[in-house]
Amino acid sequence: MELLAYAAFFLTIALTYAIICLGLNVQWGQTGLFNVGIAGFVGLGAYVSAALTTPDAAERIGGFDLPIALGWLAAMAAGGGLALAVGLLTLRMRSDYLAITTFGIAVALQLVFQNTESLTGGAFGMAFIPRPFSGLQGEAFAFNGLNLALTAAVVLACYLLLEHLLRSPWGRALRAVREDEVAAQALGKNPVLLRIQAFALGGAIMALAGAVQAHFIGFIAPGNYLPMMTFQVWAMLIVGGSGNNRGAILGAVLVWAIWALSGALISEVFPADQQARAASLQIVIIGVMLCVILLWRPQGILPEVRSVSRHLGRRNKDIKP
Amino acid sequence: MNPQAIIDGLIAGSTIGLGAIGLTLTYSILRFANFTHGDFLAWGAYLTLTVAGVLGGLAAGLGAPVYPFSFGWGLPLAMFGGVALTVALTLGLDRILFGKLRARGADAIIIVMASFGASMALRSLLEFIFTAKPAYFTKALQIAKPLGLGMRATPDQLLVIGMTAVLVVVLHLLVTRSATGRAMRAVSENPSLAGVYGVNVENVIRVTWIIGAGLACIAGVMAGLLVQIRPYMGFDLLLPLFSAAILGGIGSIPGAMLGGLIIGLAEAFAVQIVGAEWRAAISFVILVLVLMLRPQGLFGQKGA
Amino acid sequence: MTALSVAGLHAGYDPDLPIVKGVSFDITRGEAVSILGPNGAGKSTMIKAIAGLVPCFAGHVRLGQTDVTGLASHHLVRNGMGFVPQTENIFTRLTILENLQIAAQLLPKAERAGRIAAMLDMFPDLAARPGELAGALSGGQRQMLAAARALLTEPQVLMLDEPSAGLSPKLVGQVFDTLRRISEAGVTLVLVEQNVRAALTLTERALVLVDGKLAHDGPSETLHDGKLLGELFLGHRTAEART
Ligand SMILES: Nc1ncnc2c1ncn2[C@@H]1O[C@H](COP(=O)(O)OP(=O)(O)OP(=O)(O)O)[C@@H](O)[C@H]1O
Ligand SMILES: [Mg+2]
Repeated sequence: MELLAYAAFFLTIALTYAIICLGLNVQWGQTGLFNVGIAGFVGLGAYVSAALTTPDAAERIGGFDLPIALGWLAAMAAGGGLALAVGLLTLRMRSDYLAITTFGIAVALQLVFQNTESLTGGAFGMAFIPRPFSGLQGEAFAFNGLNLALTAAVVLACYLLLEHLLRSPWGRALRAVREDEVAAQALGKNPVLLRIQAFALGGAIMALAGAVQAHFIGFIAPGNYLPMMTFQVWAMLIVGGSGNNRGAILGAVLVWAIWALSGALISEVFPADQQARAASLQIVIIGVMLCVILLWRPQGILPEVRSVSRHLGRRNKDIKP
Repeated sequence: MNPQAIIDGLIAGSTIGLGAIGLTLTYSILRFANFTHGDFLAWGAYLTLTVAGVLGGLAAGLGAPVYPFSFGWGLPLAMFGGVALTVALTLGLDRILFGKLRARGADAIIIVMASFGASMALRSLLEFIFTAKPAYFTKALQIAKPLGLGMRATPDQLLVIGMTAVLVVVLHLLVTRSATGRAMRAVSENPSLAGVYGVNVENVIRVTWIIGAGLACIAGVMAGLLVQIRPYMGFDLLLPLFSAAILGGIGSIPGAMLGGLIIGLAEAFAVQIVGAEWRAAISFVILVLVLMLRPQGLFGQKGA
Repeated sequence: MTALSVAGLHAGYDPDLPIVKGVSFDITRGEAVSILGPNGAGKSTMIKAIAGLVPCFAGHVRLGQTDVTGLASHHLVRNGMGFVPQTENIFTRLTILENLQIAAQLLPKAERAGRIAAMLDMFPDLAARPGELAGALSGGQRQMLAAARALLTEPQVLMLDEPSAGLSPKLVGQVFDTLRRISEAGVTLVLVEQNVRAALTLTERALVLVDGKLAHDGPSETLHDGKLLGELFLGHRTAEART
């Protein structure tokens, strides 16, 4: 029973990552936009939802005690809004300016989480975030099970929405822009507008994931939203298969499992004073794994169904001498 | 306003500028935003520290401080070794990772992503080898000497500023006057046309890595000497480096240096107003302003 | 003596979709040959594949006696190939002189200054202001700089991709006069052209490329009346290839 409860807990966390991955898949897999600030978008969603739904607290502004669902919606609006702003700023320019800017967003938001104590609780973070089904907290199995079901429902909803969108004219236009911008433009598609829309949609989904995660755990702190998270999510999508929504979900569960198991192994094998050091080895391994996959199997485990996307370098343009 | 901020800003700006020069060169010639560049600074510092340790073991006298500086002959000697090893690291990385992707014709953004993965791996590898605990090149303490107008600086700091100035001038002459520099500018404008002109593009790329890695190592050693050495030192500098390179205009060496100084000075002054905890946000604000107002940078080509 | 030999060449941007599909021809030293064909036939792709800028999937390219298939373009330059691409054929952010200096880097040190001076003599337009950015040149002057740069290393084979594209009739005349002089000096000339009439008067032989294949290979006179050429372009007729 205990094990099952733990399994449900583990899977719930993995599924929150699956939501982030789905958001990233809209941005990268479908559109080819490189977001290096995922942790910032996820953290933003978590903090916005937490600020709206926590009970009033003396030491900080916020704490409006609003319903969880409202928090989720606000998180999506915040994430989508931020992504919209970033998109408007950079998506007219060369593609790696977006990468640099999103990297900067994550750094700046991290500082906001850390330093605006009156809003975010500073380094101590925010506690008492209402958890769904909190009436059942005494019964670990039922509580974890129901939360798992809820998170799975969110994943499913996102998945169905995205699959539907991809089959819609909008999704086809998006892929057309990614595959051949000039030709798409000639057909009257506006590549910049499409990209901005996709980026905002992805940002909203990531922020939603942050909110879901925050409400499940009940506590957030700036340390949860380090570049490490961005990196993990990238590894998940690339392993699973960019461009494929099922691949995104599979990659999230798989990489999270590898992460959790290797973490458990390290805490078993290494003495306490060496564990932080050994944990950095975990990151090395994931970093190397990411590079190896980019080199040898850029399409991931579940490749994109239609055609391997052009930016994976399968079809050369002029060869570089 | 405290005039000392000028000195503090120039010192921080020297490190940022040198790092940004390497970044802007690789950016314009290899055509991708290299997220590992910050980690080259950190690796340069640690590699130099390691070489210095070995040298110190061989000849103890090398560690004795040479007046008026806080370090002995061992450090500049070790820096040659550190530069060579950092160059080897980048060339190795280019051979096993970036060069392979380039040969396959992968889009720039895939190479950016690979650099992001490699950066995470390199940084954590440093943490694994050397632990997260800060390290120092020297234990000697230095007293800042008054320079007038309420400003003070240590001899080490003045040396860093002077050395940066010399390096920038030499590099600028190299790129604008020499055949190698001409070939670099040609490749940055159009690599396949450079091949048609008879330029060996892979050689130019190698030279670019060598310059970038060498400067990164020197910048890392400077930062390590004046502040401390940490596995995350390069990562924390990454955003200032990118901001400086974009502010200066991608591909421009004087631009990157000027961008670095502007960011260093802006940080030093802003910190007095908003507090040191917001330091990292300054370069982000500058980046956003540049992208909004002048995306090609101060000395950049339009449409780049 | 064969200057350039292409045998069974397949080339393009994607191995699954070759643009050039099995082209063979030999060009004798000193010969001047035009390559004609409708837009999109693959002329630029073929000439770029020969110059080492586009991947070759099958077949061979020989320059003199040397097999240069798949070599990077800078190796070909060293082997006596001069190539002027159709577009973006000079460095606009470098000065005129720097453009020439880069090419001159392949020569022994002692010869560089002399060859650059010789090129500036040949193209007085360029000599007027060698320190100016090449991006400030007019369309015709750009073609001259591109040709000067390619000629600077005294290539055995000079390939030009539509050197007259976008030029006024007067400038077209100038460019072709220059090319005639070059050809008369004994340089093997391969000329991709849309300007059929001018090309045919300059060269003694013409190849016609249609849809990635050689549709015709014969003396220029056979195409002078235009009827055959029209039929070839439309793909109605394929003439036997001359050997
Ligand atoms: N960089 C590229 N990547 C992919 N396909 C290309 C590329 N360049 C050209 N093509 C395709 O190759 C085919 C042949 O083009 P190419 O430029 O060789 O024709 P061309 O005969 O030179 O035409 P033109 O007379 O218009 O210059 C065209 O269908 C074109 O779309
Ligand atoms: Mg063409």
